[in-house]
Amino acid sequence: MSQPPLALSEALDKLAEELGPRFVRRDSLRGELTVVVSADAWFEACRSLKEDLAFDMLTDLTVVDLTPPEKSPRFELVVHLYSIQRNYRIRLKASVARRKPEAASLTSLWKNANWLEREAWDMFGIRFGGHPDMRRILLYSEFEGHALRKDYPLRKRQPLVTERDVDEPDSMSSEPIRYPAEPRFKSFGV
Amino acid sequence: MFLNMGPAHPAMHGIIKLKLELDGETVVGSDVEIGYLHRGFEKTCENRTYTQVVPYADRLNYVSPLINEVGYCLTVEKLFGLKVTVRAQYIRVLMSEVSRITDHLTSVGASAMELGAVSAFLYMIKAREFLYDLIENVTGARIMPNYVRIGGLKSDLPEGFEESARAAIKEVRQILAEVHGLLTRNRIFVDRLSGLGVISAEDAVSHGFTGPCLRSTGVGYDVRKAEPYLVYDRLDFDIPVGETGDNYDRYLVRMEEMEQSLRLIEQCLAQMPQGAYQVDLDGQEMTPDQVIEEMKLKPELEPIRDARIPLSPDLEGTEKRNVQGVVVQDRAVVFPPKEDTYGNIEGLMQHFKLVMYGHGIRPPKGEVYQAVEGGNGELGFYLVSDGTDMPFRLRCRGPCFHLMSGLSGMIEGQTVADVVPTFGSINMIGGELDR
Repeated sequence: MSQPPLALSEALDKLAEELGPRFVRRDSLRGELTVVVSADAWFEACRSLKEDLAFDMLTDLTVVDLTPPEKSPRFELVVHLYSIQRNYRIRLKASVARRKPEAASLTSLWKNANWLEREAWDMFGIRFGGHPDMRRILLYSEFEGHALRKDYPLRKRQPLVTERDVDEPDSMSSEPIRYPAEPRFKSFGV
Repeated sequence: MFLNMGPAHPAMHGIIKLKLELDGETVVGSDVEIGYLHRGFEKTCENRTYTQVVPYADRLNYVSPLINEVGYCLTVEKLFGLKVTVRAQYIRVLMSEVSRITDHLTSVGASAMELGAVSAFLYMIKAREFLYDLIENVTGARIMPNYVRIGGLKSDLPEGFEESARAAIKEVRQILAEVHGLLTRNRIFVDRLSGLGVISAEDAVSHGFTGPCLRSTGVGYDVRKAEPYLVYDRLDFDIPVGETGDNYDRYLVRMEEMEQSLRLIEQCLAQMPQGAYQVDLDGQEMTPDQVIEEMKLKPELEPIRDARIPLSPDLEGTEKRNVQGVVVQDRAVVFPPKEDTYGNIEGLMQHFKLVMYGHGIRPPKGEVYQAVEGGNGELGFYLVSDGTDMPFRLRCRGPCFHLMSGLSGMIEGQTVADVVPTFGSINMIGGELDR
């Protein structure tokens, strides 16, 4: 697929018209179509791609830490979308500010966005507004910093985590664990 | 009741924790906790040269490592705009399909074992061993082969490969037929699988399911057909699809895919042309011996060969000038033969120039995404290059991550005992899930 299909090309023209100045640019290199939008058009562009252009699968969502000099946006949010019906791919990118890295959550569009955005939060510290469950996913909750940021050293050591209290109810159930009042097994004391 | 299943649980192959909320025996809520095998693959790769990444890629899906290598090398080659020789393409397809069978054998065998069918597991491991022997014969290692190179392969197929491959195919076919006889119509096995772990096609697509788990729902998406890479467009194979998206369909899809992979291997053996298996960065065919021959002709090497290097007592600073004087095949990504690496200065220099920090190959600036069909689905690499010898960002899209994000919906409403076959049929591989 060296050139994007005509229908897709026309539809992107329409999207560019709708978004106006928030549609930054598009290019097609090595047969891969890339569209860049501004961060405030992130959700809108994704919804439009999904609903109007049948991009039904969120192949991947990730972040690139560009570490440019001060002031310019530091993170680049990247999603790869794929349309099973029409068999084409697209890459959508948006820059996220350095100060308060934040973007709109895509969880209402694709279900796997939930985990992918948790990973982006875990590794890059980007917040997703409207995400139902913004926890770390691959690393533990006591981890300090965000490991895939360029300023996180490769061999940085983390402080030891104090032992968690077993009586502490885990995040899922709000009810405390009820231990039986009477020991059931005398020899074990439980 | 609130139950932790895992992280160390016999049925949680790999390490993963399922937090289950139970009402009697029924799962009413669940939370999947992953990350126990996280080892910073992406961070590590940002600090390695392009050549050094290949063995790390092996460890993503460690039951089908060759597919990962092929995927990674195709990504780097796409960035260079490089196309490997036809023979190398056939060998890559062949080894990928061998890997796919070992993946499916492990998956089906292990989930059958968890349901008590230990003999089926042993049969399948026996079949896998025939294929591992084949892989060892070609690459020198059973599980972590480190065989595919940017621009080609480490080595050509060994002599007598075709016969041993055909013998292995015959054995595997026979074993698969036996396992079919043991499992496919087995009342206990079918009762434990059919109608359980159901996911609708719509949900599966929304969760980013790919591979056998997506195809079991009736969506016939396969990267090999949708965007044929290597020589898949020259080969004839079918994409099996299921109907209901339950555990039994996933079993059937995997069994059929193994047969299709065997067909692919046979076609590769029949069609494979002779020729070179490595190209340099210009896309010209090049053999490891040629690298050494051409380097020996370079006049710049004469002083280095005879150099007497005064060593300072602390060994610092003396080698830098000499390192800068080293001239190697600029356009070559071809590794010299091992004997030359250890035996003469040309081989050693070429090897070092490819592998060491600050010397490795430098792709042009840019970004690419390349997907291949892994054992569990679409395995994609998103590579951002800033023109240096190390990837600026290497993102791995592991199919397992997306599959596991849909697990909660598949186990809720079922009994605890059914969590085990559902989890087994997803074929979670910790290496690519946690990266």
